[in-house]
Amino acid sequence: MKAEPQTPEVTQEVAAEHGLSAEEYGRVVEILGRTPNLLELGIFSVMWSEHCSYKSSKKWLKTLPTEGPQVILGPGENAGVVDIGEGLAAVFKMESHNHPSFIEPYQGAATGVGGILRDVFTMGARPVANLNALRFGDPAHPKTRHLVAGVVAGIGDYGNCVGIPTVGGEVNFDPAYNGNILVNAMTVGIAPADRIFTSAAAGAGNPVVYVGSKTGRDGIHGATMASAEFSEDSEAKRPTVQVGDPFTEKLLIEACLELMATDAIIGIQDMGAAGLTCSSFEMASKGGAGVELDLERVPCREAGMTPYEMMLSESQERMLMVLKPDKQNLARAICEKWDLEFAVVGHLTETGRMVIKLDGEVVGDLPIDPLAEASPEYDRPWTAAEPLGELAPSEVAPPEDLGAALGRLLAAPDHCSKRWVWEQYDHMVMADTVRRPGGDAAVVRIHASNRGLAVAVDCTPRYCKADPRRGGAQAVAESWRNLTAVGARPLAITDNLNFGNPARPRIMGQFVGCIEGMGEACRALDYPVVSGNVSLYNETNGEAILPTPAIGGVGLIDDLDRIADPAFEADGEAIILIGETRGHLGASSYLRVIEGREEGAPPTVDLAAERRNGDFVRSLIAGGQVTACHDVADGGLAVALAEMALAGGRGARITGPEGGSEAGLPDSPPVHAWLFGEDQARYIVTCADGAALLDTAETAGIPATRIGTTGGTALILPEGDPISLDGLREAHETWLPAYMDGQ
Amino acid sequence: MKAAVIVFPGSNCDRDVQVALRQATGGEPLMVWHKDADFDPVDLIVLPGGFSYGDYLRCGAMAAHSPVMRELVARARRGVPLLGICNGFQMLTETGLLPGALLRNATLKFVCRDVLLRVETSQTLFTSRYEAGQVIRIPVAHGDGNYFTDGDTLSRLYDRDQIAFRYCDEFGEPSEAANPNGALHNIAGVTNESKTILGLMPHPERLADPALGGSDGALFFQGLVEALP
Repeated sequence: MKAEPQTPEVTQEVAAEHGLSAEEYGRVVEILGRTPNLLELGIFSVMWSEHCSYKSSKKWLKTLPTEGPQVILGPGENAGVVDIGEGLAAVFKMESHNHPSFIEPYQGAATGVGGILRDVFTMGARPVANLNALRFGDPAHPKTRHLVAGVVAGIGDYGNCVGIPTVGGEVNFDPAYNGNILVNAMTVGIAPADRIFTSAAAGAGNPVVYVGSKTGRDGIHGATMASAEFSEDSEAKRPTVQVGDPFTEKLLIEACLELMATDAIIGIQDMGAAGLTCSSFEMASKGGAGVELDLERVPCREAGMTPYEMMLSESQERMLMVLKPDKQNLARAICEKWDLEFAVVGHLTETGRMVIKLDGEVVGDLPIDPLAEASPEYDRPWTAAEPLGELAPSEVAPPEDLGAALGRLLAAPDHCSKRWVWEQYDHMVMADTVRRPGGDAAVVRIHASNRGLAVAVDCTPRYCKADPRRGGAQAVAESWRNLTAVGARPLAITDNLNFGNPARPRIMGQFVGCIEGMGEACRALDYPVVSGNVSLYNETNGEAILPTPAIGGVGLIDDLDRIADPAFEADGEAIILIGETRGHLGASSYLRVIEGREEGAPPTVDLAAERRNGDFVRSLIAGGQVTACHDVADGGLAVALAEMALAGGRGARITGPEGGSEAGLPDSPPVHAWLFGEDQARYIVTCADGAALLDTAETAGIPATRIGTTGGTALILPEGDPISLDGLREAHETWLPAYMDGQ
Repeated sequence: MKAAVIVFPGSNCDRDVQVALRQATGGEPLMVWHKDADFDPVDLIVLPGGFSYGDYLRCGAMAAHSPVMRELVARARRGVPLLGICNGFQMLTETGLLPGALLRNATLKFVCRDVLLRVETSQTLFTSRYEAGQVIRIPVAHGDGNYFTDGDTLSRLYDRDQIAFRYCDEFGEPSEAANPNGALHNIAGVTNESKTILGLMPHPERLADPALGGSDGALFFQGLVEALP
């Protein structure tokens, strides 16, 4: 066997530099029956990295529900697939690009979008919507502004160029992300349900074809970087961040979809993390085949690249496919039409091995199944988080001025309008965006129909920190609620699990708790997980991020004429609160923003009530019985009402909790707890005939209370002076642009 | 009216304008691949929005030198009407078919939002269904829409009634606050002297359907159909 030119001898030390433990390296030697060369070691190290192998999380991920009548394909492929009727399927996934985005925010975020788009169109779906969940550090931290600007521009420039609307997302700030921001990108696509493409490739002799950008030296060991903690010298890793080329991505989307309309493709896989290594391994492993690669045929950006570099490069915008031999010329013609590189770089074999050759000489030879199947799986020790005590409403003093408190909340970094962000994203291209960013969920029309998909991303990390189990359940429930609030039937979720170092039992405990909570909620709401991504080691110098299991939800709308949004539509309408209000202020936004305290358990998540109330609200929207609908979340009733008033450009008089018969509620909480408490499973709706709606609710056994009436140019709370909408709007809209301007 | 839409590899509003044309004409527009300069005679040629060849250079600069563009210039000289939306407008200024240039937005940021436009003239093929002075709502989505030209050209544009749309407030005032990109005199769209060619940054095809929140853009296409039966 030909050795790599001038390669160091592989020792346990070299293996450790590649992130393999002594035990893992021992297993490598055992599988091969000899010492690996550097190329082989590199391949093992990426295949067994946390990022590619899910070795710390697998055990727990298996506990999540992944099935349901709507599920066509669950986790394990590039993206999840659910049935949306009329012969179509929604294909979606969310994925993190946290570490690269911290080092180089523009390219890190841009290539994050590129990667998730490829995961979706690889399966045969045309991407129709992008979303993102972004978490930044303290606004006062010197790096935060630069990171926000770079990430938003990177996401925008990439999505805008490929022409997929970016329709939703969330942006939060917390000092826990100072050294480790989170950039989670989600793509939703639509495919014919009977034309889903997967990576499994079989048939000895079939050509392995490389399509897309040339391979360069960028991104080598990105997957390994994503599997280690950060330190101060992480900036030195900048060269490993890939550079995005959205124009080539656009060509790839069109060429792949055109090719998929023929019957040329046997298996297809994008070259994402660990590039050519991961993609070829995955295809051969899933199809039970062997593969032989001739690296001299790989289109390279520069001469003299070593096999190690070619196999581990994470250059963007590349696809690998196995074609039917007689369709090779057809495929070549389509790629040439789109001016894309097309190269046959190998073929499938029956050996069950991956043989890598350069100019005819073998430079690497690895067994496929043992490598894939023997990937480590850890049952890491974990300790459950200490449960925090419940914080009674009486333990939180009322504000001096309710209106001023509301203004401060609406202007707080987490609650302020994110218009500055989403106006940099083309959210209307494709001309199917029916509900734009800023509401509970965005709605995109299924092209040339009157049906639509509702999409949203959600997570409340401070709940997850205070009680991982409740926090995990709440994230799923809020996602379900946001889809419900526009009138959609929630179908399934993708999850992006961002946590710290799993080797610390406390962090592993957060992970386990969140998964357990998520699982409970998914089961109770028939809302399975169909795809996802785990991002661990989100720590810098030993400081972990908040546990952040971001949930991306997709729901179906059967009739776009029957959807709702938060805007108050007319004066004199009844404002009705659905759900029970106890005034839960523990771990609330009010406590954090107004009192500067982070204490107490987060709100309980009653999944039965969640389901009952949500199903009721959805039926009201489908029946055309409400004129506006909004879910009540962060910041409680007061923030939700203010958002509805601002969206509709009309005010309201809120009479308070005593205004109706609140079913099942023992005592009304104090006004500030009533207004700012974050009890779950609640919605606000408006309608012309409030009495009729209350009757309907009573018949259905749903807690509902009339809390006020729309109208005027101010929000009038049960106590205090009227709050002018102009003032609220000013508070809501000003903070982010001013901050980004350096004020 | 038979319309053709030129599809560059990086076009991404080609389908959107195809739908709007289909709705207005009841017929199928001809979708012309950028490598096929030899296509049937049509009544209108549309250069759609997007990123033509990536636009890593100046927006529309490479497209302006593509083979299909030579054909378009020849047809435009013969009087075939040409419409450039967003990236299409950038191509038209790059080829010199329309005066001026589109610079980076003054904010240096991409901007996607509904804007209000004042229709400056109804005396064109493209604006015949609007009244001069009418305020319409149409979205923009661009990073390089900051229209600029020299003083002499600007005077000529006014003298010859070549300014088609200006960004304005709800009262029709072309105020600075209503200008999304820093465009000179709030100019959003201009025509050539003979008014057979229009370039505009806003996307009328994006609000040509009430389901999307507005239909001011539908009149744009209906007017074209009436003007080019």
